[in-house]
Amino acid sequence: MIRLNTITDDAPATRRKLVIIGNGMAGARLAEDILAADPGHAFDITMFGDEPYGNYNRILLSNVLNGSQEAKEIFLNPLAWYEENDITLHAGARVTAIDREAKTVTAGDLTESYDTLVFATGSRPFVPPIPGTTLHGVFLFRTIDDCNNIAAFARGKKKAVVIGGGLLGLEAAKGLMTHNVEVTVVEMGPWLMGVQLDEAGGKVLRETIEKLGIKALTSASTQEFIGDRDVTGVRFKDGTEIECDMVVISAGIRPNKELAHEFGIACDRAILVDDTLVTSDPDIFSVGECAQHRGMVYGLVAPIWEQTKALAHRLTGKNPDAVYTGSKLATKLKVMGVELASMGRVSDVKPTDEVVQFAEPGRQVYWKAIVRDGKVAAACLLGDLGPADELVRLFLSEAPAPARRLEMFFTGATVQGEEFSLADMPDDKQICDCNGVCKGTIVAAIRAGKTTVPAVGKATRAGTGCGSCKKMVKGLIEAINGEVKADPSESWYVPGIPLDKPTLVAEVKKRGLKSVSAVLVELSTQQDEKTKNGLASMLAGLWGKEYIDERDARYINDRVHANIQNDGTFSVIPRIYGGVTSAEELIKIGQVAKKYDVRMVKFTGGQRIDLLGIKKDDLPKVWADLGMPSGHAYTKAFRTCKTCVGKDFCRYGTNDSTALGIAIEKKYQGWEFPAKMKLAVSGCPRNCSESTVKDLGIIATEGGEWEISVGGAAGASVRKTDILCRVKTQEEAIAMIGRFFVYYRDNAKWVERTYDFVPRFTIEHLRDVLVNDSLGIVAELDAEVVRTCDAYVDPWLERDKPVYAGQFEDVRTVPLPMA
Amino acid sequence: MTSTLTRRVPLGPLTDLPVGLGHAFQVGDTPLAVFRSREGKVFAVEATCPHKGGPLADGMIAGDQIVCPYHAFKYDSATGQCDQPSACALKTYAVSVVDGAVYVEL
Repeated sequence: MIRLNTITDDAPATRRKLVIIGNGMAGARLAEDILAADPGHAFDITMFGDEPYGNYNRILLSNVLNGSQEAKEIFLNPLAWYEENDITLHAGARVTAIDREAKTVTAGDLTESYDTLVFATGSRPFVPPIPGTTLHGVFLFRTIDDCNNIAAFARGKKKAVVIGGGLLGLEAAKGLMTHNVEVTVVEMGPWLMGVQLDEAGGKVLRETIEKLGIKALTSASTQEFIGDRDVTGVRFKDGTEIECDMVVISAGIRPNKELAHEFGIACDRAILVDDTLVTSDPDIFSVGECAQHRGMVYGLVAPIWEQTKALAHRLTGKNPDAVYTGSKLATKLKVMGVELASMGRVSDVKPTDEVVQFAEPGRQVYWKAIVRDGKVAAACLLGDLGPADELVRLFLSEAPAPARRLEMFFTGATVQGEEFSLADMPDDKQICDCNGVCKGTIVAAIRAGKTTVPAVGKATRAGTGCGSCKKMVKGLIEAINGEVKADPSESWYVPGIPLDKPTLVAEVKKRGLKSVSAVLVELSTQQDEKTKNGLASMLAGLWGKEYIDERDARYINDRVHANIQNDGTFSVIPRIYGGVTSAEELIKIGQVAKKYDVRMVKFTGGQRIDLLGIKKDDLPKVWADLGMPSGHAYTKAFRTCKTCVGKDFCRYGTNDSTALGIAIEKKYQGWEFPAKMKLAVSGCPRNCSESTVKDLGIIATEGGEWEISVGGAAGASVRKTDILCRVKTQEEAIAMIGRFFVYYRDNAKWVERTYDFVPRFTIEHLRDVLVNDSLGIVAELDAEVVRTCDAYVDPWLERDKPVYAGQFEDVRTVPLPMA
Repeated sequence: MTSTLTRRVPLGPLTDLPVGLGHAFQVGDTPLAVFRSREGKVFAVEATCPHKGGPLADGMIAGDQIVCPYHAFKYDSATGQCDQPSACALKTYAVSVVDGAVYVEL
């Protein structure tokens, strides 16, 4: 292995132990800063992260799930980075206790001692503690996933309420407007954008958005969201109500201070730190969104970078006197088409301050600057950012404001256009703050022929973090190359063939390409494993029995019909229809577990049993001894149909959920899809089998009907299903499921889960096609269901007849010839 | 003489290697992953991925690259170079096919 930071000879004999709680952007940046400040490696660094990964950019997760970005692209620091830098990362370990006397932290069974401890626990979105936040139609707004869910849900809705009149709330309102929904923004404070604007500015903004058709309610305290299952309105503390059919909550973030508070560290809104970033305990520090410094809790990257740098310099002794004295924040934004610049706190006026204002109500222009001790202490500009650059310069540099104060607003200096300032920018100016990429690096990549934003991102990582610098990257490409090429790969089915799915299917049919290698030879521009896997899945569905099945196009799990584990062994999950088993089956599974010395026997989330740690050459024997068919738990296919007990035993059950679940699983076992497919059937609206967060969920209703809904998820993304239809009988339910399966299989992009597919096609479209037969293809879909079911063969039968050399063979041992 | 340190070791018939795939070998003390591409090339590299110890023989071939089954790190089949700047290169071994039999130079 490469060791970037090997221990040098002058390393201290006993290294100090630094423990960082939190592996987000602040925690990981602190570790980087410490490594950079201290090549002598005076610290043993240990980090705890809630999630079982390295440090990644959460905002981009949905790109990974829909396949437009690879997981490794959004990692700021992959796991290997921690190893290379001798950092012990406990990923997936949540710290639950701190012993400040013994100087240890504990996460589960794991205890680490520390000399120095740092809280970098970040923040979480705030959900107001009011009734009704779990109603159908109530959304949080913080990630791209949320955006997609909201956009999908908004179709056909009439009235939406946005809780929170800050920047994000207004963005949500604007997004909703594009769906022709009537939007009301509800703000608890006395005016909109309380952080960036003063009262007069808030009023101007309100007038501007009301002209666009958005209502704003200020000083409005929400008491509860009303509704039975679906949200139908919002009730306020003063007793008034407004009707709505959806709610978006954007009520800010809350620092994760609870752990620190529980163990006696002084907290206010967040963990209190002084200019040395130390907490009330001299050995414990805090940085990032969980820290409160001089009354400020910062949620932007730039101040947090300043904090981590100061703390790293102080801890390593590079600059033992380093302090953090607060950050000056100046931002330019565009809200609802309204340009806005903000620096300092304009609502914070002291009696001795000079306030300089200019307003042009006809154009919704409002400028205000606060001069304190002869310097610009704060300013906000709305509607026209003419003087913004000059004010930002005065604010950041703390240079004296012009003696004639109006010159702050009306100077002779021209306002510099973006192109000019981009060209003028020095090469070492950082453009991408997430990945620390400078202008010079980006320019070099563009000159080397990277002329799309994604290409520059791939070469330099610029723009692959929060994405906010993409505009500047684009500007640089335009400045250097003259034009920016669009990135068409977004619509491709697989990365290696520049065709969308319908075109690819048509081309494959026209040319009669029945194997992956044939398609690659004729159509591919690049060969990669995703392209091979995706084609294998598509061709199998397309050609059925005529498909020429080349096993080198399959991922290992699909070659040996088991899921590879991190020690090279495999997991075996037999099918247990509807999660209903028997004494005989359990005895058999138990015997197999004993005979093959299975390391772990585990119940899965899909109501079946996982045998973990099976050696590759034991797989065929295990399957034979089990005598049960494959559960397809290793592949992109129909997984399980989870069920609740149903009316046979349950006091509340209104229908036979287990019988339907078993029937579904028997019929659709083995079906392959572009992504995995998980189902559930609930016997009553209590929904014990969690049908509303499955790819396809079914709920029995009181009237004896089955409600079928699709596109749910409860993994890295969480999404409620959209209701497709209600049917009267088990047979109708099974038929409708088959139609949805075929339509999804034939139209989804590779690795596009239903929670992306359903919003992309819209539930209305799916209902039209599958229920109302608007395209006249239902008979065809039904015929395809029969064809696909007929093609089912239990893959575990390959135990008797391996299809290629060494399929179920572990390492082949070869003796060395005698020398 | 002992000046040459490499030895030529027979790995068995070419037909025992699956087309387009790899297989794991233990040759004396050396664990290897040996691949046979669809185009007929045969190549050998060290058996495990330096990133997280993935068994490379269980990986896939993508063009001229070997793809680790664990986290899809990609290695050039000829040079062993990884596509990730932070990962080391794989050790590669010379392979020859004579009369339908595969040999590796160790």
